[in-house]
Amino acid sequence: MPLKIDKTKCMGCGACITVCPYDAIVMEDGVARIGEYCQLCQACLSSCPEGAIMEKKDEQVAPVEDMADWKGVWVFAEQRDGRIAPVAFELLGEGRKLAAARGAELCAVLFGAAKSEAQELVKWGADRVYYCGDPIFQGFTDEPNAELLSRLISKYRPEVVLAGATAIGRSFLPRVAARLKTGLTADCTSLEIEAETGNLIQTRPAYGGNIMASILSPRTRPQMATVRPKVMKAGRYEPDRQGEIIEVDAEGIRARTKVLETMKAQDDGVNVNLQEADVIISGGRGVKGKEGFEMLKELAQLLNGTIGASRAAVDEGWIPYCHQVGQTGKTVCPKLYIACGISGAVQHLVGMQSSDVIIAINKNPEAPIFSAATYGLVGDLNEIIPLLVKKLRERKDGK
Amino acid sequence: MRIAVCIKQVPDTAEVRINRETGTLVREGVPSIINPYDTHAIEAALSLKEKLGGTVCTVTMGPPQAEASLREAVSLGVDEVFLVTGREFAGADTLATACALSGVIKKIGADLIICGKQAIDGDTAQVGPEVAEFLDIPHVSYVKKIIEATPESIRVERMMDDGSDIVEASLPALITVVRELNTPRLPSLKGKMNAKKAEIKKMGAAELGLPLEVVGFNGSPTQVKKIFTPGPRGGRKKFEGSLEEQIDALVNELVEKKCL
Ligand SMILES: Cc1cc2nc3c(=O)[nH]c(=O)nc-3n(C[C@H](O)[C@H](O)[C@H](O)COP(=O)(O)OP(=O)(O)OC[C@H]3O[C@@H](n4cnc5c(N)ncnc54)[C@H](O)[C@@H]3O)c2cc1C
Ligand SMILES: Nc1ncnc2c1ncn2[C@@H]1O[C@H](COP(=O)(O)O)[C@@H](O)[C@H]1O
Repeated sequence: MPLKIDKTKCMGCGACITVCPYDAIVMEDGVARIGEYCQLCQACLSSCPEGAIMEKKDEQVAPVEDMADWKGVWVFAEQRDGRIAPVAFELLGEGRKLAAARGAELCAVLFGAAKSEAQELVKWGADRVYYCGDPIFQGFTDEPNAELLSRLISKYRPEVVLAGATAIGRSFLPRVAARLKTGLTADCTSLEIEAETGNLIQTRPAYGGNIMASILSPRTRPQMATVRPKVMKAGRYEPDRQGEIIEVDAEGIRARTKVLETMKAQDDGVNVNLQEADVIISGGRGVKGKEGFEMLKELAQLLNGTIGASRAAVDEGWIPYCHQVGQTGKTVCPKLYIACGISGAVQHLVGMQSSDVIIAINKNPEAPIFSAATYGLVGDLNEIIPLLVKKLRERKDGK
Repeated sequence: MRIAVCIKQVPDTAEVRINRETGTLVREGVPSIINPYDTHAIEAALSLKEKLGGTVCTVTMGPPQAEASLREAVSLGVDEVFLVTGREFAGADTLATACALSGVIKKIGADLIICGKQAIDGDTAQVGPEVAEFLDIPHVSYVKKIIEATPESIRVERMMDDGSDIVEASLPALITVVRELNTPRLPSLKGKMNAKKAEIKKMGAAELGLPLEVVGFNGSPTQVKKIFTPGPRGGRKKFEGSLEEQIDALVNELVEKKCL
């Protein structure tokens, strides 16, 4: 919504000028004015101590008329190699809450896996599953997924469509949004229904996680969002749950891209799918070399975890890029993140600060990683980690 | 081959600080840069041109200051630059941005369009695939290697969550690129001279033939309702005693928190 400044309230303190990321606000005759560079990011809204900055509501475009025709919550259940990605079950858990808030049904969409997998989605909470078993969905290509999902959405008109913020979800869902000319919010970490309007409040990190933004799509349907894996809680698995499976065909669907080969990154048996890991042991420059990472791997094995790294460690060539966590690597959210010899630069923090429990091991007590950590151990990781491994082993063997 | 690269001017988020008292972004003195991913997109385009011949053009949508990023592109060796600018584009979300960018690309034509994987201010990674859909061409995301390009098709390696795929797409197509793809070059002296006198071709909605309802705020289905800073993490615990005692205490905490 366009912004305006109430000249009678503005005290000319300049707080808004400082926060504007686009240098769009100027001071004229002792009051602030929003100039033509304004990108409507609203960063200034909360900065004004006088509450003088407001949205110009009257310029809002009228909502579409058939809004009430759109009902139900849909979850796109991503599959890889025929296996449903765990984020789909998390989305069904979250989707159930949203559906209840709207008094509507919860449906899942599954393209490509075996039909028995569609039943699994019912057991995880879907009332109905739209399923297509066409072989075109075997390797992942964007166009067929976008085309068929758009078709189904246009036909059945769900109010909300969710998918995992995974490589797959973040790649093809934008095509669906562009085709349907509707809003899509990337990488959400929280979803909520706004009681008065029924709009979906989609909250996501921006500016590398430095700020959070709550986003609405009030004028269009469906409201679409990709949601980070591991943030939502899966619902209950009920083996006896019944639901409807509706088979759809992929007639006339084309792909102008072709997957020629698929390579699974297996790094010495260490899982590189960091986004789905419950435990991540991450190493930085303080780990000092490849041997150091071997020590971390031992700890990872003991905790059933996998290995992460800071960019410094990747740049040194101690560990492949697929392990990098942070702004230019992966965004992770495990139950336990152990940062070993990582200083905690903001570019690293943005990739891991939403982890449930963070342990920092660093010899410099001033390292910024400690302010992000739940628990901090100040000391040499070459002493701490072997000791920790020993203690954990003893505990394991003792039971 | 004609290659179009979409670049965005962004605040250098590495320099953005939060004022914890007011919960706001401090932008004072924060420089604007070309979105880091987009510098890899430019590099990819330039090295394809060196191999296959053709031209490279760069497109940006943004306020008039975004011209600086286009001049920087020229200094690296880009042939032609286009600035989509005007009040009507303000407040654009990814859909309205993609609509405007695809409008320019339709006008100037391209066999291959290269975007960064995502912009570091919004981090959405949506604009590239949305542009592809507006243009009705295929796209491949997260390209980390260009294996082969011919006038008809392109073969690339793309990153996935659990590995990578080799994918072939017919041209025209769009790819979004990750930083592993290459190391961006530095501007040459001659490039810097060219940059100073380069003509920046400016376009507004009227020149692009786009109605005002589809661009900027009016064409944006998503709206920012609120911006806030994530609260500081509570409960940081330090342990007392010798290293061994500290580790014992930590293990106990983890057991209590059901982390083990
Ligand atoms: C555009 C951009 C994008 C970036 N993207 C990322 C990204 O995605 N991910 C990322 O991680 N970084 C990223 N960076 C880099 C980031 O700014 C930091 O440079 C990097 O994270 C530092 O890594 P580090 O903490 O391992 O190294 P350092 O900062 O060198 O820290 C090493 C730490 O180890 C400690 N230490 C040393 N020896 C020991 C020991 N024996 N025992 C215990 N502690 C020890 C030291 O006290 C120090 O705190 C990016 C930078 C830019 C500009
Ligand atoms: N305003 C813009 N002008 C030009 N290109 C853009 C713009 N916004 C986004 N892009 C391109 O789209 C990519 C993804 O951006 P985003 O979807 O905002 O994360 C960027 O790396 C750019 O290549």
